Amino acid sequence: MKYSPHTDKDKKEMLGAIGAASSEELFKAIPKELRIQKLDLPEGISELELKKLILEKTGKNYSTQKLNSFLGGGAYEHYIPQVIESLISRGEFLTAYTPYQAEASQGTLQAIYEYQSLICELTGMDVANASMYDGASALAEAVILAVRETGRSRVIFSSSLHPEYKQVIKTYLEGYKIEFVEIPHAGGSFDEAALKREADDKTACVVVQNPNFFGCIEKVDKIESICHSCGALLIACVNPVSLGVLKSPGEYNADIAVGEGQPLGIPMSYGGPYLGFFAVKEKHMRKMPGRIAGMTKDIEGKRGFVLTMQAREQHIRREKATSNICTNEGLMALAACVYLSLVGREGIKEIARQNVLKSHYLKDKVLRLSGFELMFNAPFFNEFVVRCGKETDKITGDLLKHGVVGGLPLGRFNPEMKNCMLICVTETKTKEDLDRFAELLGKH
Amino acid sequence: MEKLIFEIGSAGRKGYSLPKLDVPDAEIKSLLPADSLRKKEPELPEVSELDCVRHFTRLSQLNYSIDTNFYPLGSCTMKYNPKINEKMAGLPQFTGLHPYQPETSVQGILEVLYETEQALCEICGMDAFTLQPAAGAHGELTGMLIVRAYHTSKGNPRKKVVIPDSAHGTNPASAALCGYEVVTVRSDNAGRIDLDALRGAMDGEVAVLMLTNPNTLGLFEKDVKEVADIVHKSGALLYLDGANLNALVGIARPGDMGFDVCHVNLHKTFSTPHGGGGPGSGPVGVKAHLADFLPIPRIKQKRNKLSLDYDAKKSIGRVRAFYGNVGVIIRAYCYIKSLGCDGLKDAAVEAVLNANYLKVKLKNDYRLAVDDEPCMHEFVLTGKDKKEFGVKTLDIAKRLLDYGFYAPTVYFPLIVEEAIMIEPTETESKETLDAFAETMIKIAAEARSNPSLLTEAPHITPVRRLDEVLAARELNLRWKKSGV
Amino acid sequence: MVDLEKLRFTKTHEWLRVEGDTGYVGITDHAQKEITDVVFVELPKVGCEVAKAGEAAVVESVKAAFSIYAPVSGKIVKANGAVEKDPSLVNRSPYEEGWFFAIEIKDRSEIDSLMTQKDYLEFIKTGAH
Repeated sequence: MKYSPHTDKDKKEMLGAIGAASSEELFKAIPKELRIQKLDLPEGISELELKKLILEKTGKNYSTQKLNSFLGGGAYEHYIPQVIESLISRGEFLTAYTPYQAEASQGTLQAIYEYQSLICELTGMDVANASMYDGASALAEAVILAVRETGRSRVIFSSSLHPEYKQVIKTYLEGYKIEFVEIPHAGGSFDEAALKREADDKTACVVVQNPNFFGCIEKVDKIESICHSCGALLIACVNPVSLGVLKSPGEYNADIAVGEGQPLGIPMSYGGPYLGFFAVKEKHMRKMPGRIAGMTKDIEGKRGFVLTMQAREQHIRREKATSNICTNEGLMALAACVYLSLVGREGIKEIARQNVLKSHYLKDKVLRLSGFELMFNAPFFNEFVVRCGKETDKITGDLLKHGVVGGLPLGRFNPEMKNCMLICVTETKTKEDLDRFAELLGKH
Repeated sequence: MEKLIFEIGSAGRKGYSLPKLDVPDAEIKSLLPADSLRKKEPELPEVSELDCVRHFTRLSQLNYSIDTNFYPLGSCTMKYNPKINEKMAGLPQFTGLHPYQPETSVQGILEVLYETEQALCEICGMDAFTLQPAAGAHGELTGMLIVRAYHTSKGNPRKKVVIPDSAHGTNPASAALCGYEVVTVRSDNAGRIDLDALRGAMDGEVAVLMLTNPNTLGLFEKDVKEVADIVHKSGALLYLDGANLNALVGIARPGDMGFDVCHVNLHKTFSTPHGGGGPGSGPVGVKAHLADFLPIPRIKQKRNKLSLDYDAKKSIGRVRAFYGNVGVIIRAYCYIKSLGCDGLKDAAVEAVLNANYLKVKLKNDYRLAVDDEPCMHEFVLTGKDKKEFGVKTLDIAKRLLDYGFYAPTVYFPLIVEEAIMIEPTETESKETLDAFAETMIKIAAEARSNPSLLTEAPHITPVRRLDEVLAARELNLRWKKSGV
Repeated sequence: MVDLEKLRFTKTHEWLRVEGDTGYVGITDHAQKEITDVVFVELPKVGCEVAKAGEAAVVESVKAAFSIYAPVSGKIVKANGAVEKDPSLVNRSPYEEGWFFAIEIKDRSEIDSLMTQKDYLEFIKTGAH
């Protein structure tokens, strides 16, 4: 399948205009010894054949169409209204470029402005950017902001932070001399007493994930007061759907709010593309990485939108930029914008509520089974850790045969937790799904 | 002018539906502690589904896009985004996969990812690839981290990164993010890297040279093998910014040129859509001596089954959660499969043909930035000769919008005054190229006879020229409810 | 009206006005014209030390960022909040209200190597920048 339209006649005419005998002449700057004859790849195929090939691949995947999944841990199965896909697949959004020529990109720019506003409302923060790659890299860039702004070198987080997020922070900060202080969790939660001991005048930031990797809701007010009393920045890494009921980072005075925006109308898609949101208090605005859209007027006084504060970015500041980010997750931010607009102030509350009620219903049922206990007593939003009588791998393998993907076995992250699984329940689970899951677990 | 979504709808209007609650109802405050709950509700919109559809549909109609307009943006490779790839990536057996599902249940997607890695290895002449980075700049950062890990394993992470003055801004930004000091090396008059300047810059503390090839003037770095020798002699590595790969696929391979590590942009060379600013994907390829440092997990094949291998002690770690922008990668996989070895090469040849054709049609009315020689997939003009009419490159760009063309890349590379960088890509027809050339020539004439047509452009876009100074001096970055 | 003859100038287009032990610093009219509309000024923190020719502030236009260098070494004793609030002051009044910061001069001999107004006008005329 070729997408280029040229016929032999076209090519001949064009070569004639150029004054070249063949297209080979156009490549004469490339040394002959570097030229290859042919790529060792199969020849091209038609659209019909491509479809067959893909269907062969999808036939080997078992998605949530066939499987009833109770997985969470940073990617979530929420219902995605059809409107979102219909709107973001419009060619004018999908195939548009980054909106540098503002007059030709008002659709994209206004949508970014609305997205920024929605994220600020949801997180309670003052300013948001146009998106980062994902929650983990957004968190890493937040830590870099804190390190640069405070000039300090200690970064504190709880061991209850998502393990992959911890890895990303460490990888990103490889070139900086940072002391990472990972405080062992206390009963699944941030150990405040230990935090009090560790927070000092060398601490650049305290990272709190809420709810944390184990699903536990953290005592954010206490963490905030300890963090700010030593002059460090508070970075809150949050689940956006949970903000339908949970206290927003703005309400507990976080300096930076980041998180994974995938729950906001973006499919799980085996891990990406996702959406990192990044919002700050006004005083940190100038140090925020990423693109920002702003409102302005045109020469006739008409309202319009442009990218602004661009002098922070890589194409102007180069090595002194706030970040290197260029292409971000524009279309995913649009999806989140449509989602939040559609569900609105009542919908986000109701969706969050159903997540809480359904997950607590399942928790009660699971606890009534013998051989299963709740690992942590902390309050939770829509995920909780259950300790099983045997290794979870044995249980999940059996569940899969019944078309159920059990909770996330935690042994893969921490060998001491190989009997534990992280169970997630969203609004997509019916009572029958939950009863059946409990029943299947009960057989172990 | 389109209202803001916050200015549409009214209290109580609903645009969503949820199943009725089928588990016992309860007050949230009976389940969760009061001090963990939100006190101030978010001021989100309350609209109907139709309100929402009309609003965003009308917004989309304010955009230029590849589906509607020619986008000659240099360095962006705005080629056609095939619809079949959208449909395939959107299949529920891809979108409905949770990243932590048991590997036995996701062999299909693992095959797609694995085969994409292999294809990219072949196209780039590299030994291993990671699909983790979410964009080109993310790939650059990953590449820099790999370079650092390599040198650290040899006892000295080294301190500096050498970058040509013609490079894209993400190059120095990525190097700085990684903790390296940036040393800029000048280009010669033809925009190619100055070998003497390079020799002078290389010492035992330079970790890597970041090179774009073809360079940002659209020219192939003829001396690339000598550059590789100079760099390798001082123990440093050679990195390719693969943004301009569209000129090379099936023609020549970075690995053969001496590059140790490279990134590619799936949203450029491999036709995945730009989405108004992403999502993209910036896979990174390396030669065997750097493979151990790639991010984890790697995809490994064992007895006909694919699995994710987390066991790599020398890995740099992770640059994101999970595995990569899988939805984007599926589209690129479809593209590579559709075109095949023959189609991929033809695309490169025709991209270069289109660029040279356009250059020949414009060079009498516009000044080339460098001496006239065949360009690769893009070329650069300078608008500085229009200054005598009081016209800048910016004005030419804005005037093009009136004619229904998106502007080329402007003011990049920095080494060209009033730069205009044009990349037509291979998916544009001769009629489109002719129409664009005619328009550019017309605009050059307008610059002479009636320059205010340019300086006051655009005239017929949804908004006229926007006040960027006002936007930066009086920051308005979000909607706020009045009275708040 | 400020007396430009009393100022001293750098090759990087900053001016210095000495008042006792303190040196006030801003950018020249030539510089503000080149930069065009100033949208943001990043001032140094009061109390921090700067070295002669070291970067002390940053001026942003919509499309570019420009480093502002200290004409002499010393400690920053004042930062002009007015230009943070209203960056257009730099364009409208570069020698008066648009000043950036004040330095407690460490070594007065550093002033000698700066240009007079006459030398600076000659410098920009020859286009050497």
